[in-house]
Amino acid sequence: MTMKIKKMSKYTRRNFITYVMLAILFVVVQALVSTGNVSSLIKGQLVPICAYVVMAISLNLTVGVLGELSLGHAGFMSVGAFSGVVMATCLQTVVPIAWLRLAIAIITGGVFAAMVGVIVGIPVLRLKGDYLAIVTLAFGEIIKSIINNLYIGLDSGGLHMSLLTDKLNLAEGGKTILGGPMGATGVSSISTFTMGMILIVVCLTVIFNLVNSKSGRAVMALRDNRIAAESVGINVTKYKLMAFVISASMAGMAGTLFAMNYSTVVASKFDFNTSILVLVFVVLGGLGNMRGSIIAAAALTILPELLRQFQDYRMLAYAIVLILVMLATNNPTLSAAFRRFFGSFRRKKPTSDAKGGAAQ
Amino acid sequence: MKKLFAMLLVVAMVLSLAACGSSNSASTTGGDTAATNNDASTTTPADSATTDSGAAIKLGGTGPLTGGAAIYGMAAKHGAEIAVDEINALGGIQFELKYEDDAHDAEKAVNAYNTLKDWGMQISLGSVTSTPAAATSAKNFEDRIFALTPSASSTAVIEGKDNVYQMCFTDPNQGSASAQYIFEQKLATKVAIIWKNDDVYSKGIHDTFISKAGELGLEVVSDTTFTSDSQTDFSVQLTEAQKDGADLVFLPIYYDAASLILTQASTKGYAPKFFGVDGMDGILTVEGFDASLAEGVMLLTPFSADATDDLTVNFVGKYNDAYGETPNQFAADAYDCIYAIYNACTAAGVTSAMSAEVTNDLMIAQFTSMTFDGLTGDGVTWDASGAVSKSPKGMIIENGAYVGMD
Amino acid sequence: MTFLTYVISGISLGSVYAIIALGYTMVYGIAKMLNFAHGDVIMVGAYVCFFATSRFGLNPVIGVLLAMFVCTILGMVIERLAYKPLRQAPSLAVLITAIGISYFLQNAAQLLWTSNPKTYTSVVGNGALQLAGGQLPISYVTIVTIVACVAIMVGLTTFTSKTKMGKAMRACSEDKGAAQLMGINVNTTISVTFAIGSALAAIAGVLLCSAYPILTPTTGSMPGIKAFTAAVFGGIGSVPGAFLGGILLGIIEIFAKAYISTQLSDAIVFAVLIVVLLVKPTGLLGKPVSEKV
Repeated sequence: MTMKIKKMSKYTRRNFITYVMLAILFVVVQALVSTGNVSSLIKGQLVPICAYVVMAISLNLTVGVLGELSLGHAGFMSVGAFSGVVMATCLQTVVPIAWLRLAIAIITGGVFAAMVGVIVGIPVLRLKGDYLAIVTLAFGEIIKSIINNLYIGLDSGGLHMSLLTDKLNLAEGGKTILGGPMGATGVSSISTFTMGMILIVVCLTVIFNLVNSKSGRAVMALRDNRIAAESVGINVTKYKLMAFVISASMAGMAGTLFAMNYSTVVASKFDFNTSILVLVFVVLGGLGNMRGSIIAAAALTILPELLRQFQDYRMLAYAIVLILVMLATNNPTLSAAFRRFFGSFRRKKPTSDAKGGAAQ
Repeated sequence: MKKLFAMLLVVAMVLSLAACGSSNSASTTGGDTAATNNDASTTTPADSATTDSGAAIKLGGTGPLTGGAAIYGMAAKHGAEIAVDEINALGGIQFELKYEDDAHDAEKAVNAYNTLKDWGMQISLGSVTSTPAAATSAKNFEDRIFALTPSASSTAVIEGKDNVYQMCFTDPNQGSASAQYIFEQKLATKVAIIWKNDDVYSKGIHDTFISKAGELGLEVVSDTTFTSDSQTDFSVQLTEAQKDGADLVFLPIYYDAASLILTQASTKGYAPKFFGVDGMDGILTVEGFDASLAEGVMLLTPFSADATDDLTVNFVGKYNDAYGETPNQFAADAYDCIYAIYNACTAAGVTSAMSAEVTNDLMIAQFTSMTFDGLTGDGVTWDASGAVSKSPKGMIIENGAYVGMD
Repeated sequence: MTFLTYVISGISLGSVYAIIALGYTMVYGIAKMLNFAHGDVIMVGAYVCFFATSRFGLNPVIGVLLAMFVCTILGMVIERLAYKPLRQAPSLAVLITAIGISYFLQNAAQLLWTSNPKTYTSVVGNGALQLAGGQLPISYVTIVTIVACVAIMVGLTTFTSKTKMGKAMRACSEDKGAAQLMGINVNTTISVTFAIGSALAAIAGVLLCSAYPILTPTTGSMPGIKAFTAAVFGGIGSVPGAFLGGILLGIIEIFAKAYISTQLSDAIVFAVLIVVLLVKPTGLLGKPVSEKV
């Protein structure tokens, strides 16, 4: 086994470790859940954590691999969430198997988010830097505003849609799926942790394969030096758009997974603050570092819950932890000091240190 | 390497917190409620509520204790704490109350609910605001933990759940009652509505108001909205209403935005009648608010802090002593919730040893049959759907105080 | 006449965005960082002035000065503790730290001053200048805000072009490394930038709450984002651009509400922004960036 790992290329080995980490995590969590050793709190957080992990790796594709700052990623999550919910509600009677319905809903969410990704991506990716960031923010707000005024109902005649008014003209027995500001209520919560883990693995595989492919190297070349990349004949729009749309569709799938975990979901949930939250996971985990994103998303999702003992000071404590972690990771003096402190533990096990270095 | 190291740091931090969390969670309850208040008097009633008596029935609720909606969550929490203290002082059934923060978000509300469930909550106070409550009430239904929400008024909260009850009116109820009231009292012929387009509460009232007004032949001339993103400037909405000749502006919104609308209408020199619902209550307690602007504002509310009955005077006095402010309807509803639960527990003989599921069935039986007198109404009853039946009082603000309109 | 009323409402709203955007753009122009905590410094400034005038009955002018003083100190402390250690770090790390600061300030404000809204007593007075026989009222707050914007613009432009410190700031914004080689203390320069930016935030906070008199711990966040949008709209880093962007954004917002739909006004404002940026990728008055190959 060890031999095998050593023989692999650097990338393969790194990815392999990530998969093993996820597999172990999955087995451990499943074992704990089935033996009843997990609190309701943690059990309730498993699916949202999966959704945030997918969000984080998908945003990492845009920010870390493509190198463009996006402040509106929650918009794609929103599109995926609502299109997925509508699809799942439509299939309620047609497909009685919950996991299959969920899978179809997730794919639908991904497809719709990808379509929005194309619409957003074509104009957005022409801009640069902070201007691009603000336009993604603007798109996120536009998506929120539109879904907030969108009404979708279902009756025997099929889907009815209406913008701004709730006059859907539903036939007898029809029901409103999405009620504008009321959001979608009465969603049957069918998301499972297993499905969440499958989604993470699928997205990771796509990203790892992309990064190691010709297209992925083209995308990274664009990130590192656009002009040089262009001069060797790399099609800027094509590769940028490709990465952006893949990222958007993953966010959409994460959105469906997230929405199907709660009995209610509203458009204002997917606002600027959610986009920022995901960006925090990505930056903390390290740009381009998928494993880092996974750990950061999981840790920062659980953190506010663990801070509940601080009562009213909870969110204050969260802010302080966030600032301190950013300082500790990015300030040379501070991180050196911390490393010295932790180094005393590590010196006893030099092998693990070496491994850690290689993995990085 | 640096990143890996940082991640280790985060994980270590999280784990250490997890360790502290599990050891402390059982003993902490209301905690530092007074810390949020500069003017709080030296003693806080929360202290007695937190005393860990083994034989107390565990009540849990979630509400926004941080963020933009924190005022509602804090008010409900404070109101409930006062009731719990009073009941515990009686010496009979003992309650232990714990409120968890949900930041007005469905996801966090479910987390908060699960935290309470892990703590051993036997009876739930649901969530304070509607969107989170729709998520937690589904959990209440699933886990068979009885819930009585003080103020989550959306119908989505109780729909299809036999064990979730409301202390406040449902939104549709308020909307049609307002239209009915305006029509019957001949307050106006042309009505304008300004409502909040990303708020479940406002939307619910708006929709039924419009349909009821249509039935009654009340003319709605202007129907404009705002969102939390554009909650500063109302000049367009007011100009539209004025241009269309509305003589009454219906405001199914909370009082913070309403106070801005009143101020801006006064600057514009536009003086129609303003009509609000229970969210409007509290407008007179905003620090620094010029009460003369609210002169003549009418609202339908179940509670008024200026009422002179013993119950209200006692509650307002205690609230003021403890938290240095005048309670609003959220606090009053939460106070009533605790007493309604207390009455039901007493009647059904619920003890702290009973499981949540057993309690749940006893409570449902009680709530569908009992009548409750509280701060927010006399002869309050509930039907099996969980909706409350009580009569809203029409109030008008005169000389900076509420006066009953009937 | 209704049209003119809307124009004036738009200018009133826009002037508030403009004065916030000036602080944003000033800090961005020199330190090249998006200071997401700016909106929350505004909130702190508004609270300080509120307590000074309403609780302690001080003169509004003293209240504003006090707010400026407190915000300047606050800005410098934030800069020293949170941003300075990250001078060499990637800009995204600083961005996240700024968001952390923003959370911190909001929650600290809630603990200190509770989440109960406070009604602001305008520092200017509630009156309005009546034009066209009382049909077109322009509130004094709007006039004061616009005058303050212009004064700040002139002040900032003079400061950056005439004084030694101002020239040092411009040098830092061009090239930090080269500025350091010329003997400019980059750290001090950036600290001073934050101090000025925070003092401007205090003024913006007081005027924001005078125009729209409700004050809560989250008061600053949404106007902060809108003002940031305004700054980008006008060309971020450009002082006159921030003013123009702010005013235009206000007018567009009011027109979208008045003539299209109050329900979709947020979407329309942002759609206009996108269209403008597609036509002029660096904002209205932004300098076109020449690419070095």
